[in-house]
Amino acid sequence: MSDDLTTLRLRVNGETRAVVFPTHHTLLEVLREELALTGTKHGCELGECGACAVLVDGRPVLSCLALAAEMEGREIETVEGLQIGNELHPLQATFADLNAAQCGYCTPGILMTAKALLAENPRPSGDEIREALAGNLCRCTGYHKIVEAVDWAAARMRGEEGTPPAEVFYGSPVPDAPRV
Amino acid sequence: MRPFDYARPATREQAVQLLAATPGRAAVLAGGSDLLALMKDGVVTPERLVSLQGLQGDHTLRFLRYTAAAGFRIGALTTLADLAASEVLRLEHPVVAETAGRLAGPQIRNVATVGGNLCQRPRCWYFRSGFGLLAAREGASLVVAGDNRHHAILGNDGPAYFVTPSTLAPVLIALDAEVVLLGPQGERTIPLEKLYRLPLAEGEREHDLGPGEILTELQLGPAAGRQVGTWEVRQRETLDWSLATAAVALEMEDGRVKRARVVLGQVAPLPWTSREAESFLTGKTIDEAAADEAAKLAVQGAKPLSKNRYKVQLARVAVRRALLAATGLDREL
Ligand SMILES: Cc1cc2nc3c(=O)[nH]c(=O)nc-3n(C[C@H](O)[C@H](O)[C@H](O)COP(=O)(O)OP(=O)(O)OC[C@H]3O[C@@H](n4cnc5c(N)ncnc54)[C@H](O)[C@@H]3O)c2cc1C
Ligand code: FES
Ligand code: FES
Repeated sequence: MSDDLTTLRLRVNGETRAVVFPTHHTLLEVLREELALTGTKHGCELGECGACAVLVDGRPVLSCLALAAEMEGREIETVEGLQIGNELHPLQATFADLNAAQCGYCTPGILMTAKALLAENPRPSGDEIREALAGNLCRCTGYHKIVEAVDWAAARMRGEEGTPPAEVFYGSPVPDAPRV
Repeated sequence: MRPFDYARPATREQAVQLLAATPGRAAVLAGGSDLLALMKDGVVTPERLVSLQGLQGDHTLRFLRYTAAAGFRIGALTTLADLAASEVLRLEHPVVAETAGRLAGPQIRNVATVGGNLCQRPRCWYFRSGFGLLAAREGASLVVAGDNRHHAILGNDGPAYFVTPSTLAPVLIALDAEVVLLGPQGERTIPLEKLYRLPLAEGEREHDLGPGEILTELQLGPAAGRQVGTWEVRQRETLDWSLATAAVALEMEDGRVKRARVVLGQVAPLPWTSREAESFLTGKTIDEAAADEAAKLAVQGAKPLSKNRYKVQLARVAVRRALLAATGLDREL
């Protein structure tokens, strides 16, 4: 029992990967240790921070509270699969443009959760963004820039020019954005 | 996490057999959002996990069914996100859908199941730190002597001081919901209220689940004109447990209460029905004064511990506001 290993074909970021792992390991552990996908972060390990959020069949879930053994046949998406070819995903690009990440530890979980939100709702209100990200803690940014970045990325994804939010002042791509 | 045997039965009967084969040493894995956290902390150390995820093809476990006459039959594996999003539940029992959509956080609601929510273990920090559910040492409760700010103010005459964790249970009990349990001896249907019990000795569980028994279904009748309201007091809007909740359901006749259900959460080791408030309300028309009086009666028997006297006031406010919400008076005030 104690050295019980599970062999599964996991679908991760659109690829099928055969993985052997200890049966009691979480999806988070297997992603990071067996698959070397270290973009997904260890945080609280108890469901209280969202740093480990990934998409399973398109829905954000906490990989720290899921057994990898339960993931057969499920489509898993991590932050490593977000970019499209050599291009950053609009969410990634906008987070960078708006400095919506500081230490960046919460960012992968937030990007994945936001991706699921925008897939379902391409024009979310501020409240809907905050509600969707309510399970993702950030200790650095104060959330303001994160919500703005998701809002602006949504506009970019809809093909709109998008005006940078008034709050943007560090390294703003628009030189004369109003300062507040 | 310690290693375990992982079993993924294909039928509910197999699940029950696998559990019954190792009584006390096997645990049911549903969404895992509580169980895996308990296992990581070493609070529970099952030798075998019986995963219910292999039963996803069993649609009666996975979904919610509704008929106008009988109401809802909700499979134990229905997620809280699906419950919150159900159009028909939102129409018939908006308060249930809202409660499900408000608890924990979005990622947890995507995996957390109805059965897991009702069977989740208490959040008492002594229990979660490995001191046992009753947290007693040499016959004395560590809770009474220690940091009991989140502990029970009602139903704490016995050795249990933890509070019941599910925010869904009090609302469902107020609506007279029932649960179907399947065990090696077959199926039984009991009022949800009866699923919860006060453990009297360490090692006893706070749920009336026999060896090998699993919860398969939640049954919830139609609203049938009942006036329903809840109130939840908590510090943060998300990722937080309530400090006190109240749920009320009122059957009305000619403007008066024919039958009242008043159930408090997070104040006692089980969802706490206030018979005092219920019998006071019966026959009354609800106004602010009646709501005040019922709320007072609901906490009259409270026995706060050294650090949780504040919860008496919170519980009282919760009952009052739940009553006003149920009768729509909150909108008039
Ligand atoms: C940060 C955070 C905040 C939270 N806030 C709230 C809150 O405000 N209100 C609230 O109600 N909950 C809250 N929760 C708890 C959450 O709702 C539960 O973890 C979840 O509902 C459990 O469901 P699950 O399917 O993941 O259960 P699991 O973790 O799989 O199981 C939980 C327990 O129930 C048993 N079990 C599961 N299914 C069955 C079954 N069908 N039959 C018999 N036994 C079964 C398991 O053996 C285990 O002991 C919170 C959790 C977190 C992490
Ligand atoms: S690491 Fe998973 S929620 Fe914190
Ligand atoms: S950027 Fe540091 S935690 Fe969010």
